[in-house]
This record gives sequence, structure tokens and C-alpha cells, in this order.
Amino acid sequence: MKKIISLLIIGVMAVAMLAGCGVKNSGGTVSTDGSTSMEKVIGALGESYMAENKNVIFTYNPTGSGSGIKAVLEGRCDIGLSSRSLKDEEKANGLKETVLAYDGIAIIVNPANPVSDLSLEQIASIYTGDITNWKDIGGNDAKIVLIGREAGSGTRDGFESITGTEDACKYRQELTSTGDVITTVSQNPDAIGYASLASVKDSVKALSVGGVNPSESTVKDGSYVIQRPFVLVTKEGTALSETAQKFFDYITSADAAGIISAAGAVAAN
Amino acid sequence: MKGNKKTFETAVHGVFLILGLVTVCCVLLITVYLIISGIPAMHEIGLIEFLFGTTWASTAAEPSYGILPFILTSVYGTAGAIVIGVPIGFMTAVYLAKVAPPKVKTLMESAVSLLAGIPSVVYGLVGMLVLVPGIRKMFHVPDGASLLAAIIVLAIMILPSIIKVSVTALEAVPKEYEDASLALGATPVETYFKVSVPAAKSGIAAAVVLGVGRAIGEAMAVMMVSGNAANMPSLFQSVRFLTTAVASEMSYSGGLQREALFSIALVLFLFIMLINATLHFFLKRNKEG
Repeated sequence: MKKIISLLIIGVMAVAMLAGCGVKNSGGTVSTDGSTSMEKVIGALGESYMAENKNVIFTYNPTGSGSGIKAVLEGRCDIGLSSRSLKDEEKANGLKETVLAYDGIAIIVNPANPVSDLSLEQIASIYTGDITNWKDIGGNDAKIVLIGREAGSGTRDGFESITGTEDACKYRQELTSTGDVITTVSQNPDAIGYASLASVKDSVKALSVGGVNPSESTVKDGSYVIQRPFVLVTKEGTALSETAQKFFDYITSADAAGIISAAGAVAAN
Repeated sequence: MKGNKKTFETAVHGVFLILGLVTVCCVLLITVYLIISGIPAMHEIGLIEFLFGTTWASTAAEPSYGILPFILTSVYGTAGAIVIGVPIGFMTAVYLAKVAPPKVKTLMESAVSLLAGIPSVVYGLVGMLVLVPGIRKMFHVPDGASLLAAIIVLAIMILPSIIKVSVTALEAVPKEYEDASLALGATPVETYFKVSVPAAKSGIAAAVVLGVGRAIGEAMAVMMVSGNAANMPSLFQSVRFLTTAVASEMSYSGGLQREALFSIALVLFLFIMLINATLHFFLKRNKEG
């Protein structure tokens, strides 16, 4: 009896394994890799593309901007995603950037934190360690806990270049994704962090910078200064596969602008 | 007929040999690759500067590649995990092997096996959501992600290995030793600690070394609770281990930074080989003694 049952289970599992085979590639695949800030935007675009083109398989691998740029350079994905512009060395390596959208970097604190506005200089002083207690800027008497991203992050690069704190930030924790930063800040009442505006949820509070509230309109007209481009990275001189090229043309077209706005970023087209 | 059987035997022996060599080849391949990739950076940065430098700033405008903070963090983290994990594991093993009634024993052993099977990511997740805020509230520190959180998580992760191997070692002590001790008038507890444990000490030492091996190689769980800032280790500070140093930067590194990461991996590999050699030494003594 036991033998028959186990043979049956093995049989069912073996057949189930083959179920994945038929679905393959009647329409091709497009693989994207990189920025975790772009998760909502690229996810929404991928979903709507797959809904219109039933046979295409779209994949997104959230590894961080630096890693995404490396992946497209080494040919491990079709389109790399970066939440910062390419550096000169990267362009010299044969990479091409196409701006998809603009995204604000929200400075987030715990909802229980009474502070709701900071100037750019105050933010820079906080992150370089010159201001260490919340009470110096109108909050509670508690040490400020600095949360940041790993060194290859596009968000970190954007934040540090705009606040002028490159190589000078004294982080308490260096996390590897936008989601991690939001979770950590939502759990610690004295924490401050930075994350993509498009990904900020109700679990944290986004500060206004110099009196300007972060929103799509303030990013668009430039009054919210802490912003950076969402960039699609491709190899110069190498053509994309047909499916990937179609997807690329779709997301950079004016039709996709609505989806990008709904996801919280400002479309470039 | 006889010839056929003999060739068959030789053929099967040959297959076994080849399969065994697969494992050896894998280890050799990994060792050689690590050595070849790890040496150039050490050479370029300078061995003393690399191993004893106290600043790691691989992406700064003026990069420095000193890994002493990581080495010390891994050492302290493992030591801390051993200091907490070994007494608990050891006492549990003595209880399970000698004192526990059979029903309790089966229950506890299943619990220990379950603990052994939990993946490290789950430990990290629970640590991040429960332990880190807990440490923050209990010790009134600004942030709970610290060396202490990593030590607690590592201690819990190495408990199952220590318990299982120690229980086996204790149960292997010949009953005659204990009967003789009891016959001479010792109480059961005196017998356990003065007769059984010394008789099983090689096995228990092997258990500890196994635990050390697991603790020093852990990356995922520790990455989620320790904060990952490259500081010199201190109990409530955010720290980065050798393993997390490699894991957090490998995906986007290039040039000298990437080679330096391979050198870190080589250092880690040497630590683990040292631990394995110690384990081998203890096991051999266990067999003879």
C-alpha cells in the first residue's frame, strides 16, 4: 500500500514538473535587473505590457542600481535599471542611458516623530554627524539613528551628491533595498532615512525639505530639490532582442506616461 | 563466469572512485580559484595594510581596504555565540542523554531537529522584526541592530549542532563507567559531570568546533540584524562580518574592490580550513580515546 502511494506521488510530481515546459517562450522574454527604487514603476509597466501581450514573460530582479548596471554590462539581462545617471567610466564602457522618469528621494522619519520639515543644510549636517540629537532640530530628546543604503545604491548616490555628503555620511545601518530602509525607519521612532518617493507608504512620514512637500508636481517643476532620474541602461552598439526592444519602446512612449505617474514617479515623456 | 564477476567488481570500484574524486575535485577547484583570485589584491594593497588596516572604504574617492574590523567582528561574534550557545547546548545535551524521561526526550529531540532545519533567512527575519526592536527597548540604545543581536541569533543557530553531537558523544560512553561510579557511592549528578562528560570530551569538543564552523560562515541571518556599517566591533555598535562584507558588495563591485572581496573570501576560507583541521584532530582523538 505504502509503495503504491509513494509511486503515485512521485508520478504526479514528475508530471507536474513538466507543466512548466509548455508555457515557454512563444512570445519571448524581457529581463530587467537593478534598482530597487524602481520596483513599483517597472512592475506596473511590466504588468500592463504582459496584459496586452499575452505571450511575453517579463522579469525584474531587484539587486540595486550598481548591480543592475554591472548585469547589463556583462550581458546577464536585457535592460538594466538605475536610479542615478551613469558615471563617465560606465559610459566609456559602452553603456547608454535613457531617462524613463524622475523620482523624488523622500527623507523619511517614523510617524511618531514630531519633526516634519528640515532644510537641506540640516539634513546634510545630520548625516555627517554634526547634529546628533533630535532636540537640536525641534524633536524629542533622543539620539538620531541614521539609516542609509549600500555603496552601490542609486538612491544613496543621488542623496549624497545633492546634499554634498559624499564619503562623509556616518550611517548606523547600511541596508540593501528601498523596502528595508522603509521597514527599519517604521520600526524605530528615532530613525531617519531616505527612500524613493514612489515607494513610500503610510508606515513612514516623508519630511518636507525647505518647506517644499515631496510630491509628483514639486518633483516635476524642480522645487523639490532631492530628486534623481530613473534610467534605463542598455549596451551601446548591441541591438536588443525583438521582445526587449518592443518593451523598451513601449515604456518610453507617451502611452506609458499614465502608468508611470500612477506608480508615483514623473514621466520623462 | 569468474572473469565476468571480477571485471564487474573492478568496474563498480572504478565508478565509486570516480564519484569520490568528484568531491575532491570540487574542493580543489574552489581552493585553487580562491587562491588565484585572492592573492593579487593582497599583493597590491599590501598584506599588512590589508589584514591589519582598520578602515574599509572601498567606494570612497581615496579607497582603503583594511579588513581588521571584519576579522575582529567575525571572531568576537563567533566567540560570543560560543559563550552563550555552548553552556546551554551542553546542559541540554546532558539532560537529554542522561536525565530526561523517554517521552520528554523524544519531544525535545524533535524540537531540536526542527530548530536545525529552519533556514537562516527565517532566523534573520525573526531577528529583524522581534530581536532588534527588543534590544532597542531593553537596553535603551538608539538602535538595536548590533553585534549583540548577531551574537544571539548565531547562538540559537548553533544550538542544534552542539546538542545533537554532544548527545551522541554522551550516549556513547560505556555504561560500565557510570555503573562503577554509582556503585562506589557517587550521586547521579556527580557521575554525569565527573565521569560521563570527561569520557565524552572529545565528542563534545567536536560539537563545539562544528558550532564554530557554522557561526563563522553565516551570512544571511547576520546581514539582517547586524547593521552592516564597517566599524570596529563593539557590543551595541553596528558591525559587518567577513561574510556580509563579501555578500553586500559583490554584486556591483569592479576592479580592485572586487579583487579585495575575493581576498576577504580567501581569508574566510583559511579560517574555516583551520577550524576543519581542528575538528579532524578532535575526531581522531575521539576514535583513539
